[in-house]
Amino acid sequence: MLYFSKVKLIIIYFIIIFFSLFSFSNFLDNKDFFLLSKKVNLGLDLQGGSYLLLEVDSVPVIEQKLQNKLITLRKSLKDKKLKYQSLKLHKQSITFQLLKDSIEDFETFFLNKDNSINSYYDQFKAYEMDYSITEIEDSSKNLITLNYSKFGVIEIKNSTLDHSLEIVRRRIDEVGTKEPTIIRRGNDRILVELPGLDNPNRIKNLLGKTANLTFRLVSEADDDFGSENLFFEDGENELRINKRVILSGDNLINARPSFDNRSNDTIVSFTLDRVGTKKFGRTTTKNVGKRLAIILDNKIISAPQIREPIVGGSGQISGDFTFQSATDLALLLRSGALPAPLNVIEERTVGPDLGEDSIKAGAISLIIGFVLVISYMLYKYRFFGIIADLALIVNLTLLLGILTILEATLTLPGIAGIILTVGMAVDANVLIFERIKEEMKTEKSNIHAFDTGYKRAQSAILDANITTLISAIILFFLGSGPVKGFAVTLGIGITTTLFCAYFFARHLSSIYVMKNKDKQIII
Amino acid sequence: MIKLSKDIKFSNFYKKLNFLSLILIIFSVLTLIFKGLNLGVDFKGGTLIEIRTEKSTTNIAEIRQSFLRMNLGDVTVKKFGKENDYLVKIEMIKSQDKDFIKKINEKLSADLSENINFRRVENVGPKVSSELMKAGLLAISLSLAAMLFYIWIRFEWQFSLAAIIALIHDVVITVGIFSFLSYEVNLSIVAAVLTIVGYSMNDTVVIFDRIRENLRKFSKVSIAEISDTSTNQTLSRTLITSVTTLLALLSIYIFGGAILKGFSFAMIIGVIIGTYSSIFVATPILNYTKVTQKSVLREDKENN
Repeated sequence: MLYFSKVKLIIIYFIIIFFSLFSFSNFLDNKDFFLLSKKVNLGLDLQGGSYLLLEVDSVPVIEQKLQNKLITLRKSLKDKKLKYQSLKLHKQSITFQLLKDSIEDFETFFLNKDNSINSYYDQFKAYEMDYSITEIEDSSKNLITLNYSKFGVIEIKNSTLDHSLEIVRRRIDEVGTKEPTIIRRGNDRILVELPGLDNPNRIKNLLGKTANLTFRLVSEADDDFGSENLFFEDGENELRINKRVILSGDNLINARPSFDNRSNDTIVSFTLDRVGTKKFGRTTTKNVGKRLAIILDNKIISAPQIREPIVGGSGQISGDFTFQSATDLALLLRSGALPAPLNVIEERTVGPDLGEDSIKAGAISLIIGFVLVISYMLYKYRFFGIIADLALIVNLTLLLGILTILEATLTLPGIAGIILTVGMAVDANVLIFERIKEEMKTEKSNIHAFDTGYKRAQSAILDANITTLISAIILFFLGSGPVKGFAVTLGIGITTTLFCAYFFARHLSSIYVMKNKDKQIII
Repeated sequence: MIKLSKDIKFSNFYKKLNFLSLILIIFSVLTLIFKGLNLGVDFKGGTLIEIRTEKSTTNIAEIRQSFLRMNLGDVTVKKFGKENDYLVKIEMIKSQDKDFIKKINEKLSADLSENINFRRVENVGPKVSSELMKAGLLAISLSLAAMLFYIWIRFEWQFSLAAIIALIHDVVITVGIFSFLSYEVNLSIVAAVLTIVGYSMNDTVVIFDRIRENLRKFSKVSIAEISDTSTNQTLSRTLITSVTTLLALLSIYIFGGAILKGFSFAMIIGVIIGTYSSIFVATPILNYTKVTQKSVLREDKENN
């Protein structure tokens, strides 16, 4: 155990120097040399920032899709000459009554792989929708219920989430925070991390709006399409609005806050695409003198009178805007509407001053813990304490180097993990030294005593470290946020500890023992 | 330093200390049943706000008054770390208002007529908190199972049984102490418990390793004597490692700031109990289950 081949030594010291280089790069301000430009990422709890977990509410999307299905279904049933009754939407399913003899025809149509309303997914070997048939008492009819199958719902959730993710990304990019992380979680969640942002209110507000913009006429009499009462944003006044949508946010290609030339009020001016320009031109020409309501998420922003036809493809939205709210509205319109509402289900925000305090506290406790452990080892083992302490220093350098290479995120619990590693890392060397001490009692030759000491301590050291590693791995996979950082540093710390005790410290001890093989060695 | 005499008859204390452990476990379970745990927002949902006031004259009663006027249901306010720092816990989780936090800040600032700095805000919805709870329990059970499995491959069944009982002993008493003191249990406490499981196992395994080695060597010596010898042989390692780990943990507890207090406290208790349980819980069980050289050698044969 005390002999090291040249190759082995070269590898050991190469590893140490290589990783140390990376750990030092954290303290350099070097951006030119790519190897040294890597740095450990600071977690949100250390640099301050916001963590938001958003959940997509897919219920409205499913309802909307079912509504569309209903229309196609009605048409299909008519085409197939199937006599249906009371076709309606009920609690996220479509129900209708059908004559018993028609059931078979319906099934043939509905389960045809090329039918128009129930797509077949080859990948799942399943249909988009499920149907069930129930008897109705005292009737020649059966009740048929259609709803989305498990796979249909997964498909909807997936596409809704993908679309939402895109819109969220656009909105956050537009705000221009630095290095945001936006990733999907599961099939209905989006994780947003915004480092350096201490007040997430604006982002939360921006993400909290679906931003469904529509232009609709204000009803004067009851029109063909029907009309509904909608509130203004203040929630007090209401207007009767035609249900027909003249133009929606989809037709907008640009929007920007500006000032009205005459009144000097803040407005949002927008530009329409080709189709939008035509539609808008036609409607405004026909309805000069009427009021046009601009509606966002079912609330009226304003309802100005159409003074003249607007055919140029650009217009403006007036309202009770501040410059900030006009900027935000323009941003929402530019980035498009969310397919479904988003709810913030978890939020964690740390202010930058607390982050700074945490870094300071972490650093102080690391230094003090380190000094305490080092002094204790010196006191307990004298010369061999120096070896154990050198191993500890190399250990920390390696640990930091590996964290840097992996670009791991260092959190406050992560720092605790490093300090804990400091306390537990000496264990391997303690096990070895204690064993050697015992061997020295019976063994005359120093070399032999060291050799057997290292050999016999091996199984205990491995067992002991593997158990801690198991905990760290489980924590890594099941822990969340900052706690994950703890698992990372603890896990890597165990690996570097084993390396340092078994290669680095062993080599140092071997040099010492070889030099003093005939003298009395006291551990 | 007290010079430890080389041969302590640990086995003489087994009965008394096992009785003590039993009482502690029963006490912990009873506290857990009747008092329960003080679950943090991570597991119960709700809102946690760490605030810092500008003026040192502001007192905690004023802050409580202000929150009382906001009608937010159960709100607890307590000092947190430094002089002007407070931790506010709002249990209400129904609020869907997106400006919830902003409004609280405005009202609080107005009531206390100063600018209140929200240093940290954690808002966890009911769905997420129940998921975190499940994940936490799963992590702890999984780690116990993994340890059981690991030691089952490495050692004989008596050793696995002893180790797992010692682990459960450590976890139950640590959690029991948290319940008794009404300390908050959050995600970092789960991390602490998992690390304790790893540490306690580590400590136990080192002694077991030596017991097995000695069992192989001596055929006529009783298990009680072997336990004593092995514990003595590994005692100085057990103590030195516990001391260095505790030194590191104490440093976190004292200097690591208020956020890491709970975590390091749990770890300190865990390390002490884990060290104790290796010597006085795990090892006695080997005596009770009557491990002999034969059982060790039989296992050796099977493995070869």
